[in-house]
Amino acid sequence: MPIKPFYNEILTDHNLYPSHKKELPDANLTLRGVNPSCGDRITLHLRVNEAGMIEDGTYTGDGCAISQASADMMLDLIIGRDRETALHLCSLFMKMIRDAVTDSELEELEEAAALKDISHMPSRVKCAVLGWRTMAEILRPAESDSVLPCTIE
Amino acid sequence: MHNSLRNDFPFFANNPGLVYLDNSATSQVPACVIDRLNRYDLLEKASPFRGLYPRSVQATDDYEHARDLVRDFIHARSSQEIIFTRNATESLNLVAYCAGGTLIHPGDEILVGITEHHSNLLPWQQLAKRTGAAIRTLFCTRDGSFRAEDIDRAMNEHTRLLAITHMSNVFGQINDLQSIAQAAHSRNVLVVADGCQSVPHIPVNVSELGVDFLAFSGHKMLCPMGIGVLYGRKSLLESLPPFLTGGEMIEDVTMDGAVWAPLPQKFEAGTVNTGGAIALGEAVSYYNRVGFEVMMAREAALTRRLMDGMAVIPHVRIVGSSDPDRHHGIVTFTIDGVHPHDISAIMADQGIAIRAGHHCAQPLHAYLGINATSRASIMFYNTEAEIDAFLTVLSEIRGAMGYAD
Repeated sequence: MPIKPFYNEILTDHNLYPSHKKELPDANLTLRGVNPSCGDRITLHLRVNEAGMIEDGTYTGDGCAISQASADMMLDLIIGRDRETALHLCSLFMKMIRDAVTDSELEELEEAAALKDISHMPSRVKCAVLGWRTMAEILRPAESDSVLPCTIE
Repeated sequence: MHNSLRNDFPFFANNPGLVYLDNSATSQVPACVIDRLNRYDLLEKASPFRGLYPRSVQATDDYEHARDLVRDFIHARSSQEIIFTRNATESLNLVAYCAGGTLIHPGDEILVGITEHHSNLLPWQQLAKRTGAAIRTLFCTRDGSFRAEDIDRAMNEHTRLLAITHMSNVFGQINDLQSIAQAAHSRNVLVVADGCQSVPHIPVNVSELGVDFLAFSGHKMLCPMGIGVLYGRKSLLESLPPFLTGGEMIEDVTMDGAVWAPLPQKFEAGTVNTGGAIALGEAVSYYNRVGFEVMMAREAALTRRLMDGMAVIPHVRIVGSSDPDRHHGIVTFTIDGVHPHDISAIMADQGIAIRAGHHCAQPLHAYLGINATSRASIMFYNTEAEIDAFLTVLSEIRGAMGYAD
């Protein structure tokens, strides 16, 4: 009997058929995120206008299905939103990964809620948060020295 | 086929559903090794070297007997050439720290194989930074071997030292250290070899190989973690300053200075890992009782079964040679379109332990143009049924990841 699909279909689809995995020639913000323990790397490219709105975003890189699908879902969610909303969603995502999210917060995360089970896979947490961590690093206000909303202990 | 040696390893009875194919990372331990360690720690423990009472004298004898067993196991000429360390990483760092200002000077070049594990690269990088020396890379062919002409071309009048593995932890390929050492020595270049993968799997004769230093870890050869070995040519070890200083490694101390103890104590500062060394001695005795002939025949047969099975699974690519006899139980691979961590996670879900990542050989992966790989590694206690279980899961991984093929 063949083994069952390993990840849920939403995750597998985002991994095999990503919408945002490409270069973004007119990006004005680019940052590379690395997960040194397993070698996942994601470069996030964003175009953010003067009003702080994320007009477009893509990612490039190489990593496991969780890291790639998570970045793709994240971009689905934050393109067209402003900086503050993106950072808010990031903190919700981190809460979800810590298994501390409410049902209504989970709804805000839309498809990214498909990664909720990662909270029970400690070895894959770093994969799931890689894109989000990188996004928070790019978007956090330059003058802010506060702890990132997207760090995870 | 029934594998009676497997019964010597309680790990398997305790983990009945687990297929353990991560032996290059660490091997399992036979009960006799732990029994011997326990006997020392529970019934015979005393500080070696200094006590005048019988227990201490016995601990010294047992510790030194373990050293003699290791000496014979790798065919060193003298027990003074066997230094006990924590692991191969510490062994290599020992050489690199002591080499600054003695073997390596400003303007010298250190040649490092592209195949090297980080622990046989970073100590040399740091040494180069401290001393003003330079690192040069020795590149391998696509199947992981080094060509004599490339080695010759990579050395110049500034080259002082070559750091190279005996058996790659990615390719499983054995390097012809004897020829390499001859070529290096003809140009006054010292050879530091990493024996982590070779010493547990093939007979190693340092006197024949002619290398100047060889490092290996006990935990990859049937021992607990925390004991390792540095072999060094006696005249070289004598010429080097000590690594760590403190107790046990001195002959005479004043407030102004000290006279170092003779080899090997000069390089074994502080109270030593007596139990670990005794356990390593017992592991060596286990190797001697079973014999490399038996172990190698099993590992070769299992490697062939594994690679024959992998060869017929579409989208699976083996890194390095397609000849199983050149892999020595180490089979690194990729699957088109599936990241190694997903492979490893699916394998884990099916009760199979393999390694994913860059196997502490990041520059090699960059050179091969691969971000990460998966690795199955075999030890003589594995079984045909385990190989078949691995192959079955391997053939289903693309399907489990959503591919239609």
